[in-house]
Amino acid sequence: MTTTATPLDVATVRADFPILGRTVREGKRLVYLDSGATSQRPRQVLDAERAFLETANAAVHRGAHQLAEEATDAYEGARQKIADFVGVQYGEIVFTKNATEGVNLVAYAMGNASTSGPEAERFRIGPGDEIVVTEMEHHANLVPWQQLAARTGATLRWFGVTDEGRLDLSNLDELVNAKTKVVAFTHQSNVLGTVNPVRTLADAARAVGALTVLDACQSVPHGPVDFKALGVDFAVFSGHKMLGPSGIGVLYGRRELLETLPPFLTGGSMIEMVHMAKSTFAPPPARFEAGVPMTSQAVALGAAVDYLNAIGMDRIAAHEHVLTEAALRGLTEIPGVRIVGPPDVVDRGGAVSFVVDGIHAHDAGQVLDSLGVAVRVGHHCAWPLHRRMDAAATVRASFYLYNTLDEVTALVDAVREAQKFFGVR
Amino acid sequence: MQLQQMYQEIILDHYKNPHGRGLRDPFDAESHQINPTCGDEVTLRVSLDGETVRDVSYDGQGCSISQASTSVMTDLVVGKPLGEAFKKMDAFVELMQGRGQVEPDEDVLEDGIAFAGVAQYPARVKCALLGWMAFKDAVARSEGAKA
Repeated sequence: MTTTATPLDVATVRADFPILGRTVREGKRLVYLDSGATSQRPRQVLDAERAFLETANAAVHRGAHQLAEEATDAYEGARQKIADFVGVQYGEIVFTKNATEGVNLVAYAMGNASTSGPEAERFRIGPGDEIVVTEMEHHANLVPWQQLAARTGATLRWFGVTDEGRLDLSNLDELVNAKTKVVAFTHQSNVLGTVNPVRTLADAARAVGALTVLDACQSVPHGPVDFKALGVDFAVFSGHKMLGPSGIGVLYGRRELLETLPPFLTGGSMIEMVHMAKSTFAPPPARFEAGVPMTSQAVALGAAVDYLNAIGMDRIAAHEHVLTEAALRGLTEIPGVRIVGPPDVVDRGGAVSFVVDGIHAHDAGQVLDSLGVAVRVGHHCAWPLHRRMDAAATVRASFYLYNTLDEVTALVDAVREAQKFFGVR
Repeated sequence: MQLQQMYQEIILDHYKNPHGRGLRDPFDAESHQINPTCGDEVTLRVSLDGETVRDVSYDGQGCSISQASTSVMTDLVVGKPLGEAFKKMDAFVELMQGRGQVEPDEDVLEDGIAFAGVAQYPARVKCALLGWMAFKDAVARSEGAKA
């Protein structure tokens, strides 16, 4: 990776995150290496949410009073910021409760297309059609597609993963074919750290008229991402993995597609006209946001985007690159540790999963926790991938802008300590 | 150090040298239990002689807590009347769900008292109960098969 960005000042960044100053387990300094699961939030984001609630809180898109106007402006202003952040238009951003709901929205809307008008023709899916996913998907980008296949009679197919943890694209032409309706895949694996060749997959899908759905949960928080440049049709990411609140996720859909995609959840706010027997629906994005939305969360996510922009996504990516390289080096030097994922930093993000010979991931995680090092253990919602990589469970360290090289050292030392404790070294 | 309180020598001994491990015939019923959050699993068979537990055999993979707990359980229930085995199970479940506030009875739980420290880590309680849940399910299945 080449970057000319000046390194970010981690000490200054850390001062914005009160939680990083606490201790755990009898006075141990907290070493938070679980941002792949959820990130911590800076004061600026917490303050923005509180300020909104203290000055402008109201139900958006309804009411003629001043607070309702201000709340609506804040909510829609956040949508604009987030659209700019990922290189898309304002009307192409739909707020959901999380990324999982975003994937389900697309999958259910496609299922609904069979009973919708002719404008939804291109979303119809049934027996003989194929849905393509990958073996490295998080359950959130796998199970909804299994279920769509089960409901519609379509066939689920998938790309395999190589021993090194890369997508096996050797059968790309065979897997993505004239029968393919959807290709759903992750931008960056939440387990392996692998960054997939999005453009290659998107081009192959477009060539056969298939839609692409990108899981961008692990990419958008960690580096510059432009969905238009990537050429995908839909993409999802979550607020809480990018310094924002939980309870809010984002779905991007190409405008032309959102305009004809049938609704998923129905009710208030998403209608155009309602009669007792039938209704018509609002244009996107409102069509996909039934009910009073998560307003303060959207505002806070907008503040998170401001915070990330002020630091610079290229600098964040460069910082994590350094941490990942150090972690891979440090862990690889320990006899009995196997990295599950690419061993180098080429096309790789800051999730580093590993197994320790003779120590179950749960037990290793417990020793790390006793030393203040917070990591994720288990299958990280990617059970088929773990089966493929021949690991029942792994330990995963994941990095973000506030982590330091000292913390990488603490991780490596703690793994050695676990080996000592369980007597495997 | 808290860690030693959790990983008592007894637990590590059972983990490294599990008692009664391996699947054996004949058996009356089998249960397969998984812990969906971490992927740990156990397959467990019970063989009953009337109301007495003749044998418990099992295979599985998982963390030290789940594997050691299953090993300790076989010591506690094999050769015992079902009523007594379930009493021990109830005592163990109570201990595990007690957040460290329950004083275990060594006469009832024997090596099982070593898991008292685990009860202070809510995330690991499920690990300790995995084998017991398989035992309970297998007995229920054997009774269902008879009915």
